[in-house]
Amino acid sequence: MDVSLLKRRLLKDRMTKSFMFILTILSLLVLVFMGIGLYMKSRMILEEHSLWSLLTNADWKPLSGEFGFLPFIVGTLAVTALSILIALPISLLSAIYLSEYAHSWTKRVVFPVLDILAGIPSVVFGVWGTLIIVPWIADKLGPHFVEYTSGYTVLASGIVLGVMILPILVSLFIEIFTIVPQDYRDAAASLGATKWQISTKVILRKSMPGIIAAVVLAISKAFGETIAVLMVCGNYAEIPHSLFDSCYPLPALIANNYGEMLSLPLYESALMFAAFILFFIILVFNLASRIMLQHVEKKFKL
Amino acid sequence: MKFIVEKIFYVLMVLSLLLVFAFLGSILITIIKNGWPAMSWDMVTKLPGGGFYIGKEGGVLNAIVGSLYIVGASTILGLCISIPIVFFVNIYLKKDSKLASLTRLSFDVLYGIPSIVYGAFAFTIMIFFGLRTSLLGGIIVITLLIIPIFVRSMDEVARQLPKELLDATYSLGATRLEAIKVAIRQIAPGITTATLLSIGRAIGDAAGVMFTAGFTDSIPTSLNQPAATLPLSIFFQLSSPTPEVRERAYAAALLLTIIVLVLSIIGRMITYRFSKNKIK
Repeated sequence: MDVSLLKRRLLKDRMTKSFMFILTILSLLVLVFMGIGLYMKSRMILEEHSLWSLLTNADWKPLSGEFGFLPFIVGTLAVTALSILIALPISLLSAIYLSEYAHSWTKRVVFPVLDILAGIPSVVFGVWGTLIIVPWIADKLGPHFVEYTSGYTVLASGIVLGVMILPILVSLFIEIFTIVPQDYRDAAASLGATKWQISTKVILRKSMPGIIAAVVLAISKAFGETIAVLMVCGNYAEIPHSLFDSCYPLPALIANNYGEMLSLPLYESALMFAAFILFFIILVFNLASRIMLQHVEKKFKL
Repeated sequence: MKFIVEKIFYVLMVLSLLLVFAFLGSILITIIKNGWPAMSWDMVTKLPGGGFYIGKEGGVLNAIVGSLYIVGASTILGLCISIPIVFFVNIYLKKDSKLASLTRLSFDVLYGIPSIVYGAFAFTIMIFFGLRTSLLGGIIVITLLIIPIFVRSMDEVARQLPKELLDATYSLGATRLEAIKVAIRQIAPGITTATLLSIGRAIGDAAGVMFTAGFTDSIPTSLNQPAATLPLSIFFQLSSPTPEVRERAYAAALLLTIIVLVLSIIGRMITYRFSKNKIK
């Protein structure tokens, strides 16, 4: 055999390996750099104000140097919680139906629909929200509960976000349910359990960690959604007191003020701090849920 | 008793599934009903004229071309970066390697990070290097945004590569680099699906490019000029007080929806065709 050819092949192999290794490491570093970069940028505001006061102050007056993130944090939490509250029952019921009850042809129809729903750009969800949900709240639903509402509310943001995370939740749930071994279902059925009893007592219980992980993923998706929420939330920097009040979640704050950012260094730092909060929360949430999911997979793989 | 509960929940389940369909239907109908009347050739072939944003003549060609530039360039860049990573993790690293699981975990996390944070991060880098909002900035941020999508969805396919297939190639004396040439045929459908998925997400993203690509009424001719994008164009037109401008925003939204839908249908067809000659 030609030795020089063999050497060349091995050399090529080794060079590709190191090239790929470097690319992989670099891509891993993006996450690290992102955290460090955002933290460095928000250090300026952290030197001026304590972390505690930034997070608990309710006054947002950047021009007079008051940076209270509480309205935005409350807004983000309210909108996210509401969206999960709306999407969780619908997606759980749909997923149980699809994985335990439905014929295979139903699945063949439903899965593409879910894919389409998942693929719709968020700005289109926003347009839909402003055209359908906002007027509905302002004219039909709102007057039953409050004297006046603009429609651009916590409720509108929650509904739009809820619909956005529906397809993610349903497909994650179905994936998790199919991991549960068929034997469990058969065993329960042989004891006389109805399908619904099997679904709740066996499937849901067995896949609980997976469900929690999926919900955490959906939460982090809802947390960071920007443009659709920005279009329907009202962008009003006060703590919302009811579902029919306007709110101002963190991503909307960053997106709305990006132009003015450069003129005031402290303002820029404040917005980067907002981005850092988002980054940090999502990092923690994602890590927790991924580790949980891996745990579930391992448990059933045996 | 348990049969009554069964019936009640069966109805509830069917209802919730119908609700999912109703939401999708409502979104599509709303976009078509509002977008279609304002749709015209001018929309897709003309740049915004003078006074476009107060209801005068023009179209959103600037945004269409801007989006295509950004999506095209970042898809190619993303492919060039993510394919080597996927092969490294699946072929060069052992199955139980720590680095492989660390890589997967961090791409899972990167996948979850919202585009607004990518935008803010890229913006700080751009300031650091003295760049202004530009086509280049948009391409960089969208590339960063779609690499996790690429890696995750290709990795899912690559993980299912039959071990025997690789062993067979090694036993013939192939290096791992040469084994990749065999493996790539098996992963091809995964690569196409991943590409279409990323294009779909890249073209619909607004929060990331807001900081980095900026907005302009003309078509960028070089990398350091700002570039318009469809989602941002929709967003800006929608905030206009003039009804004609808002109607055009609906038309642009319809356009964007059609693009994304067509992409997802093509993706489905390609995946179906490619997966026919795959070794299970």
